[in-house]
Amino acid sequence: MVAILCRHFGLKHIETAEDIVSEAFLKASETWVTNGVPANPRAWLYAVAKNKAKDYIKRSALFETQIVKELGSKKAITEPDFECSPETIADSQLTMIFAVCHPGNPVESQICLALKVLCGFSLEEIANAFLIRPETVKKRLHRARTHLRNSDFQIGLLSEADIRSRQNTVLKTLYLLFNEGYFSRTHKGPIRNELCSEAVRLTLMLTENPLTNTPQTNALLALMCYQSSRLDARTNPEGEVILFDEQDRSLWDKSLIEKGNYYLVAACDGGERSKYHLEAGIAYWHTTPTAENKWQHILQLYNQLVLIEYSPMAALNRTFAFAKVYGHRQAIRELEKLNLEENDYYHKILDYLNNADASPRH
Amino acid sequence: MKEFTLIFRLKDIADFKPTPEQMQDRLNWLAGIAAQNKLVDQGNTLLPHNGSARTVRPDNIVTDGPYTEIKEFIVGYVIIRTETIEEAVEIAKGNPIFKIGGNIEIREVLKRN
Repeated sequence: MVAILCRHFGLKHIETAEDIVSEAFLKASETWVTNGVPANPRAWLYAVAKNKAKDYIKRSALFETQIVKELGSKKAITEPDFECSPETIADSQLTMIFAVCHPGNPVESQICLALKVLCGFSLEEIANAFLIRPETVKKRLHRARTHLRNSDFQIGLLSEADIRSRQNTVLKTLYLLFNEGYFSRTHKGPIRNELCSEAVRLTLMLTENPLTNTPQTNALLALMCYQSSRLDARTNPEGEVILFDEQDRSLWDKSLIEKGNYYLVAACDGGERSKYHLEAGIAYWHTTPTAENKWQHILQLYNQLVLIEYSPMAALNRTFAFAKVYGHRQAIRELEKLNLEENDYYHKILDYLNNADASPRH
Repeated sequence: MKEFTLIFRLKDIADFKPTPEQMQDRLNWLAGIAAQNKLVDQGNTLLPHNGSARTVRPDNIVTDGPYTEIKEFIVGYVIIRTETIEEAVEIAKGNPIFKIGGNIEIREVLKRN
């Protein structure tokens, strides 16, 4: 809804748009308690938001015309027509993703804003998901909004060139959003899964528009599907993380794995090999039973991944795959070169390599 | 941090085309440098074959390949980032080129800008 309103107002009024939407929901909660939930709650909400928006426009229009009059000129104010068809909704959200993912905006602000505006999370929920204080979230949001206002990004006029140049930032934000939900070890419970599913939803939307349905988008979606297929198997009823080797594979979601396969095939159309392709490839191999050369394939994919872009996680995971192929002793030597003693995961791998069965598996 | 270019040389043109195992060894070595965040540029292969290699000398003399005066020929380069040349030497020692009689020259990069 915020996205649709911004489409008409422009991003300058993003806060107003958010306020109007909150008011609409507030009114809903008051009215629905006494009168019951309407037949089409969605349409009801949009209608309320629409009217409130029109009121706001009239008010500000009045204000503007008065000033304009003083200046001695006349300006016709036309009342825009708010359209709330499913296409417009998808379209507005898509544009909004691109607006939120402004390259000049720090990544953490982008994610906060995406959660607030696109996923409808409250300040507290965002703070909770990142284990930061609500005031910090507030500050980040404020910074992000100010940045958006000051950039002359026109939300209504997203050109093909804009979309292409921002696509990478958008995918990166969605990737981080997903990872935040998937890997955050400090937090458990439904919010984490919700972060993942929101990231999937937004990425799925990108695949539904011909302009953004690129091999990279498909590769990212494939990666998310594979990872999500293990969400239920990853934690026990107490919420503790279960390691990959010990997971009950019957809990893996087969249909999500199949979806992953589908999008990975779509991603390979065109011969591009982005880091999302490589990570999706690795996640694919993890869904297969331990076959001959499995770890050899995984190691090769990690090799290419660190060559494309260094990250401590990729470097450490590569060492793990290296151990599976060349044995633990060699892997420990590789590990010690990484200079990552500060990293928790480094010590976990080191412990594993020192203690577990050390025979190489070719 | 300093940058060093590793220059790879071979003696026998028959060794130029690597086997799948050699390629894999090489990729493991290269990715191992990248995993330490010490890879600046994964470089390129320089083709030594006739038709891909010429040397231009004074007085417009052009010869095929680089082979008339040197016995070894350059097959490629990689640029890495380390604190010292000793560290660069240690990294170079892990390259599988030594198994086929090649060698690696290490040169510190002096940026021209």
